[in-house]
Amino acid sequence: MIEQFGRAGFLLIFAIAFPLIPIAASVALGVFRIRPRKPDPIKSSVYECGMVPVGDALVRYNVRYYLFALLFVVFDVEAVFLYPWAVAYRALGVYAFVEALIFIAILFVGYVYAWRKRAMEWI
Amino acid sequence: MTPRPLTLITDNWYDIRDLSNLSGKIEELIRDANGPHWAVWVVSALLGAIGIVAFIGGVAIINIWIERRVVGRMQSRLGPNRLGPFGLLQPLADAIKLMQKEVLQPKAADGLVFSIAPIAFTVPGIVIMAVLPWGRNMSLARLDVGILFILAMSSLGALAVFTGGYGSNNKYALFGAMRVIAMLVTYEIPSVLALLGLVLFSGTMDLADMVLFQEKFWIPLVLVQPLPFLIYFISSSAELNRTPADLAEAESEIAGGYHVEYSGMKFGLFYAAELINAVAISAIIATVFLGGWWFYKLDELVPGWMIFIGKIYAVYFLFVWTRGTLPRFRIDQLLAFAWKWMTPMAFANIIVVAAEVLIWDETGASAGLVLPLYIAFNMLFAGVLIVAWVRFMGPRFSRFPDRLRYFDRIDVPSLPAMRAPAPAAAAPKSGSGAPARSASEGGGDLRGGRLVGGPRP
Repeated sequence: MIEQFGRAGFLLIFAIAFPLIPIAASVALGVFRIRPRKPDPIKSSVYECGMVPVGDALVRYNVRYYLFALLFVVFDVEAVFLYPWAVAYRALGVYAFVEALIFIAILFVGYVYAWRKRAMEWI
Repeated sequence: MTPRPLTLITDNWYDIRDLSNLSGKIEELIRDANGPHWAVWVVSALLGAIGIVAFIGGVAIINIWIERRVVGRMQSRLGPNRLGPFGLLQPLADAIKLMQKEVLQPKAADGLVFSIAPIAFTVPGIVIMAVLPWGRNMSLARLDVGILFILAMSSLGALAVFTGGYGSNNKYALFGAMRVIAMLVTYEIPSVLALLGLVLFSGTMDLADMVLFQEKFWIPLVLVQPLPFLIYFISSSAELNRTPADLAEAESEIAGGYHVEYSGMKFGLFYAAELINAVAISAIIATVFLGGWWFYKLDELVPGWMIFIGKIYAVYFLFVWTRGTLPRFRIDQLLAFAWKWMTPMAFANIIVVAAEVLIWDETGASAGLVLPLYIAFNMLFAGVLIVAWVRFMGPRFSRFPDRLRYFDRIDVPSLPAMRAPAPAAAAPKSGSGAPARSASEGGGDLRGGRLVGGPRP
């Protein structure tokens, strides 16, 4: 199995090299002065609809994102738990089915709670 | 002796219909020359990696053309048709142009994060290809947790987009980046749960085994599980930031979103990687839902990898189709759609599939009897569930105002130019709807100062 993972890692090296080739070509064009390079302070400022940027860009963002992230953690952990269950399901039989039903039912209570609390709405 | 007329694949190493012959021959050669074991491993890994990267390079070039031509045709335009026959050289011209453009990088940007993002966006789409079976014995890495590997890799792309948006130090880019994260965490759940149904049904997470399962029972899993196909298609299209859900770039709202500060080849990489990721997701769908390299008896005549690429492009066409037809969603619509529509449907699907597998195992019925029943039941179930859920959610969504009556009730203030020219006009300058209407009816012009009168008859 480690051999197989090693091959995937082998492809990872190629995958990192793949986007580096055009970047390297672009840099080479810059070295040979084919690509223009005339920086000026306005060009290298941040784009903001033609205005001079106001303040820092890393502003506070809305609390709604955190609600979604919390919901995501709940459901994703649950999905990760269900994957091994799905693979071993045929060996375990009725017992596993009832177990998963109870598990999903408990989760469903939380789902309804989150729905009623309007955690799933973008307002 | 019975000849096998349909089977043309031989064991000769030069038969490109099954490339495992070739690698087997190379392995044999190395072993005959008393080469070390690791040399075999390196050579086979190198061959596979080169093959995949060559495919990806072709994809990155040709898909730009395909996407623009097909979307153009769908929207009654021509698309690029100037450079070369049918505009085929357009992607090359774009690449050359992007390479020689001046590279602008804002001073306020975080240089390292800014430069890593396009590279990190390209990598996962390529690495996904490692675990996909391209032919009967043609996986680069045959992992028994292939599905988990795919899920992990396909969510890394969104992280790279976030990196780019955050590193740009631009407000538009940050908005795009935050939208990407919101969409990633929302659509990850339905897509994971949709693939869970398939794992449950086939009983394995190994992608090669999933294809063999479909070959054994002579059925592509999309027929048995239509609902997960819909769910996975929609949610992966959202994770890819393609047009029905391209809120992260949304030119008309946030001016390009996460790549607003990118130019030159870095932007080109974002552009190409988007297509590479789309092809990678298409390849996943083609493997787990459509049976990968297997297509009834066809894989005995045509190389498996060719069938696989054909299926990839069939799915990719669906992605282009949705892109060419659907308008962009609002973010509240998109996120509520994932949480309130697709997640409960995916859960319902898992319970149904688990019950089906249990019934199949306990009764020990033959596949020929069980599978057609399941196909019919699951299609019916998907249809009924969608209709029932629309009915259940309906009242909140169908409260669209009746346009005619609604606009009639609005009291529109008149523009100066529409007002009565003479001050001595009979109609009062501003009044309720009824007198203005009677005046306009009597005069037959806009003297009442209103475009739309009171309630219609």
